[in-house]
Amino acid sequence: MSIMELNGGSVIAMVGKDCVAIASDLRLGNQALGISANFQKIFPVTDRIYLGLPGLATDVTTLRERFRFRVNMYTIKEEREIEPETFARLVSSTLYEHRFGPYFIEPVMAGLSKTPSGGYKPFIAAADLIGCLNFAKDFVVAGTASSKLYGVAEGLWEPDLEPEDLFETISQTLLNAVDRDAYSGWGCVVHVITKDKVVTRTLKGRMD
Amino acid sequence: METSFAITGKGYVIVAADTTASRSIVKMKVDEDKIKTLSPHLLMAYSGEPGDTMQFAEYVERNIRLYQIRNLYALRPSAAASWIRRSLAESIRSRKPYAVNLLLGGYDTATHTPHLYWVDYLGTMTEVPFGAHGYGSYFALSLLDRYHDPEASLEEGLATLKRCIEEVSKRLVVAPGNYKVKVVDKNGVREVEL
Repeated sequence: MSIMELNGGSVIAMVGKDCVAIASDLRLGNQALGISANFQKIFPVTDRIYLGLPGLATDVTTLRERFRFRVNMYTIKEEREIEPETFARLVSSTLYEHRFGPYFIEPVMAGLSKTPSGGYKPFIAAADLIGCLNFAKDFVVAGTASSKLYGVAEGLWEPDLEPEDLFETISQTLLNAVDRDAYSGWGCVVHVITKDKVVTRTLKGRMD
Repeated sequence: METSFAITGKGYVIVAADTTASRSIVKMKVDEDKIKTLSPHLLMAYSGEPGDTMQFAEYVERNIRLYQIRNLYALRPSAAASWIRRSLAESIRSRKPYAVNLLLGGYDTATHTPHLYWVDYLGTMTEVPFGAHGYGSYFALSLLDRYHDPEASLEEGLATLKRCIEEVSKRLVVAPGNYKVKVVDKNGVREVEL
């Protein structure tokens, strides 16, 4: 009985052409028993940053509250919105503060960062439960279905996908990976972030 | 063994919990009320480690009451649930955590909607249309997957609850004998006989 697999759940983020996508399943379980089919693991941080928190469900809620507080404090002190790169460091240091009694969460971040020329650059990152960051150029995965997600994403992802194609790629990757994992599934939610809007879609999945 | 259920319907939440207080294999009491009324529109069914349940339930009850006295209005179900969850989440990382599982049923008088929260001793919380704790949950949840209707009247809701209790009595080796059933709706909290 691993504490990382107690409640189940998975998150994936992908880079596209001037856009990013982040998606998760909706299951909350107690080992093999399903409790809820509508447990959100992805939360908006700013208009252009989304944070996924797969892992122990009590820490999902606790960390969500903690990051909301810390980002609000940052926004007030700096009088500007936090950038994805900065937010990733904030996540990392928050987790490392609990190095010897960690939160059992492996966060995944996706966002668009401002470039000096005024454009936007896709940004994704993931961390382990003590805050070791992984900045990837293609995709990042976490959760109980992470090994399956790696395999499917490796096969389906390609560079410079447009928002609609990226949505299709990330949705198919997640749906097919969680069907092979008993602890993830029960529906999915997908967010596609572009420079002027975020499109959120809820997907139906297998309910077994 | 300890079992509790709760289901939402059209404008109400029904909360039911068995009434046995046991220690090891011995029944010590058969008419224990394990559902507390936290505010005029909020019910909490608690189960778990015997000493912890009483201590934690009373701690929550008094703090929710204190908020009401200080502010002249009661916490809404979502706010009360968040506060209770946080208490458990802080407790789980302490030297002696409370081992208490909860079902929180409330009626939000501001939006006129019923709410039900499933909370466990780790501080896991989720809003559900129906929920259960204990060994009975393995039978009741699958039954409710088939028969639960969020638009059901109170009579239909109580009939569904009865099916849950009957199924648990039929299939669970260590099924409890008696249940206490309480309803919360726009008129407040009341106990009902099945």
